[in-house]
Amino acid sequence: MTAQAASAAGDAARPPESAEVIKADALEDLLDGLGRRGYTVVGPTVADGAIVYDELTSVADLPRGWTDEQSPGRYRLARREDEAWFGYAVGPHSWKRYLLPPTHTAWSAERTADGGMRILDDPSPVPRYAFVGVRSCELAAIAVQDRVFIRGPFADTVYARRRDEVLLVAVNCGDPAGTCFCASMGTGPRATTGFDLALTELLDDEGHRFVVEVGTAAGRALLDDVTHRAAEQRDVAAAVDITDRAAQRMGRQMDVTGIRELLYDNLEHPRWDDVASRCLACGNCTLACPTCFCTSVTDVTDLAGERIERQRAWDSCFTLDFTYTAGAPVRGTTRSRYRQWMTHKLATWIDQFGSSGCVGCGRCITWCPVGIDITEEVAAIRGTEPDESGENET
Amino acid sequence: MLPVSEAVAATPLAPRLTHVDRVERETADTVTLHVSAVDTELPPFAPGQFDMLSALGVGEVPISVSGDPDDRVTRQYTIRAVGAVTRALTSLRPGGVMGVRGPYGHPWPVEAAVGADVVVVAGGLGLAPLRPAIHHLLAHRDRYGRISILYGARSPDELLFADEMQRWQSDVDVAVTVDAPSAPGKAIPPWDGRVGVVTTLIPDALFDPHRATALVCGPEVMMRFTARALADQGVTGERVYVSLERSMACGVGLCGHCQLGPFFVCVDGPVLRHGLVGPWLAVREL
Ligand SMILES: Cc1cc2nc3c(=O)[nH]c(=O)nc-3n(C[C@H](O)[C@H](O)[C@H](O)COP(=O)(O)OP(=O)(O)OC[C@H]3O[C@@H](n4cnc5c(N)ncnc54)[C@H](O)[C@@H]3O)c2cc1C
Ligand code: SF4
Ligand code: SF4
Ligand code: FES
Repeated sequence: MTAQAASAAGDAARPPESAEVIKADALEDLLDGLGRRGYTVVGPTVADGAIVYDELTSVADLPRGWTDEQSPGRYRLARREDEAWFGYAVGPHSWKRYLLPPTHTAWSAERTADGGMRILDDPSPVPRYAFVGVRSCELAAIAVQDRVFIRGPFADTVYARRRDEVLLVAVNCGDPAGTCFCASMGTGPRATTGFDLALTELLDDEGHRFVVEVGTAAGRALLDDVTHRAAEQRDVAAAVDITDRAAQRMGRQMDVTGIRELLYDNLEHPRWDDVASRCLACGNCTLACPTCFCTSVTDVTDLAGERIERQRAWDSCFTLDFTYTAGAPVRGTTRSRYRQWMTHKLATWIDQFGSSGCVGCGRCITWCPVGIDITEEVAAIRGTEPDESGENET
Repeated sequence: MLPVSEAVAATPLAPRLTHVDRVERETADTVTLHVSAVDTELPPFAPGQFDMLSALGVGEVPISVSGDPDDRVTRQYTIRAVGAVTRALTSLRPGGVMGVRGPYGHPWPVEAAVGADVVVVAGGLGLAPLRPAIHHLLAHRDRYGRISILYGARSPDELLFADEMQRWQSDVDVAVTVDAPSAPGKAIPPWDGRVGVVTTLIPDALFDPHRATALVCGPEVMMRFTARALADQGVTGERVYVSLERSMACGVGLCGHCQLGPFFVCVDGPVLRHGLVGPWLAVREL
């Protein structure tokens, strides 16, 4: 176990300072409370064979009794033995689609009567979202994107305005997937910061209920609107046990000791050729990753040229066009593009934003069509991949 | 939930509208546009900074400001037509409308260079981003030691700002070279100056290598060889500055395109110390 994993486990073991309990039925009241406050409630629901994020109208939309089985290049829904609402890990979607929509208009302009042009104000109201079911790794991913989009030299207004309005209801993980490694990255499985409310779902002899921790005044007000009681010692112990056991059942792990130097020292490692021979440069990993933030712009005009829109869309460092400079792409090979992606996530991100760009959610592993596994690639570069060299076998 | 910084007031991606006042043809494919703001004045720029220019309905590209930093009314840009957006920009006529936002990026270290010699090395269009620095050095001539401008172009017809170069010569050392005095199929004015790549001018330039600051801009290979030639003369990478070019879709650290290792070229550059960025530039396809 790495130092970071140990400290994450330490955090998870620390009992919440104060907690309350709501019965499972009260979750509906909580969602109603969000609706009354003008929030559009977004949360997990089953669609097209996966648990995705979409607008929720009631708890009936939640993936009750479903879980997800994940491994490199593979995702499958499966029935649980219980009726848990949040008994899965994470799906293909991440909350970034609500904070910086996959395509949006950066600005628009129209021709004026005198033949000039005028830049138009953005009239669209800012949506007020409440995210329900945010995982600990996802809170960490939002914090990472906050550093990119809000704390840098220029704030991204599309992101910042949405982010400012968001209310976050976290739900702790009890059932990590085969591709999860948040414990290695120090980002989970217990949510310790960055939420308005954090819930732990319990289904034991004492019934279906949630242990609730309050993170902000907004969370407090929301909780006060629904029937709740103070948590007893055994409720808290049961909740902590859920995440403690989850931490022990991570499907993967990554040794992040000195990872920045490891990658900086290995920019010409033969493993980059190896991974390039497998990678399709499809960009699925970047789309699924909750921290990847790159975008491109294109201009769209109406036929008469009366109106212009500059449209902004998610982009991927895996595309050939991404680095076109002085007549040629800087990163012309898949080798260089995979190296850029992984080195950015795990190393240069630290220089740029003061934290890792990877929160260990495992999406890039699950949703890679050929099952490329970032934890395995790191292990290979470290020279400790078990089935590659006998001497290092553990 | 979190308090968001006040910077959120207006999107940093929307341009201001400007009018083209004048268009000067520099070479067959390069023009200098003189533009001024339609309403609010453009914020002042420092030598080496760039603006994001919009050909409305076509797209947006980073272009260095090439005019005098003391001119607060008119902005100049020297643009080579290479693709869709630069073709649209270089086709603008006086009265044409164009979007501008900026200025962005780290400028040339003209303040840090005060009190010592300055060597300016430009290759091709690389002279454009250096021209505001030259304006600045000339305007504050007494604050610097010896100033050398070393400029190389592919052929005589590709030389930029030739008249200005003549005027600069009275205050500073200027040396010009071309890669080839003629080009097949092109009618080129006769050339009796130096022939050879720009680095060949470095051994003859007069500067104190232990104190001089070098400002270098041109194609990446040219900058690499220039840094090496300067190092041979004793100018360490700590005092050699280069201006880098990378794909840019935002100019403000948000789109991710311009990354070079740990650097965002748009906000950490485009001007970077060669001692810092050289090792990253040396990695192929980074
Ligand atoms: C900080 C900075 C300052 C700059 N300053 C200046 C300046 O002062 N003056 C100046 O002229 N330029 C400057 N540039 C360069 C300028 O930004 C580019 O020339 C411009 O972005 C090109 O855009 P475009 O749409 O005209 O061409 P693009 O369409 O982007 O094409 C550029 C080149 O790439 C090729 N290309 C593009 N896409 C493809 C593709 N899919 N397949 C094959 N080839 C392709 C084109 O053929 C062309 O040769 C600067 C760049 C930076 C980063
Ligand atoms: S790199 Fe992979 S594991 Fe890390 S945050 Fe992105 S998708 Fe999740
Ligand atoms: S690592 Fe996998 S998901 Fe990412 S670009 Fe390569 S093939 Fe696609
Ligand atoms: S140009 Fe967008 S991040 Fe640098």
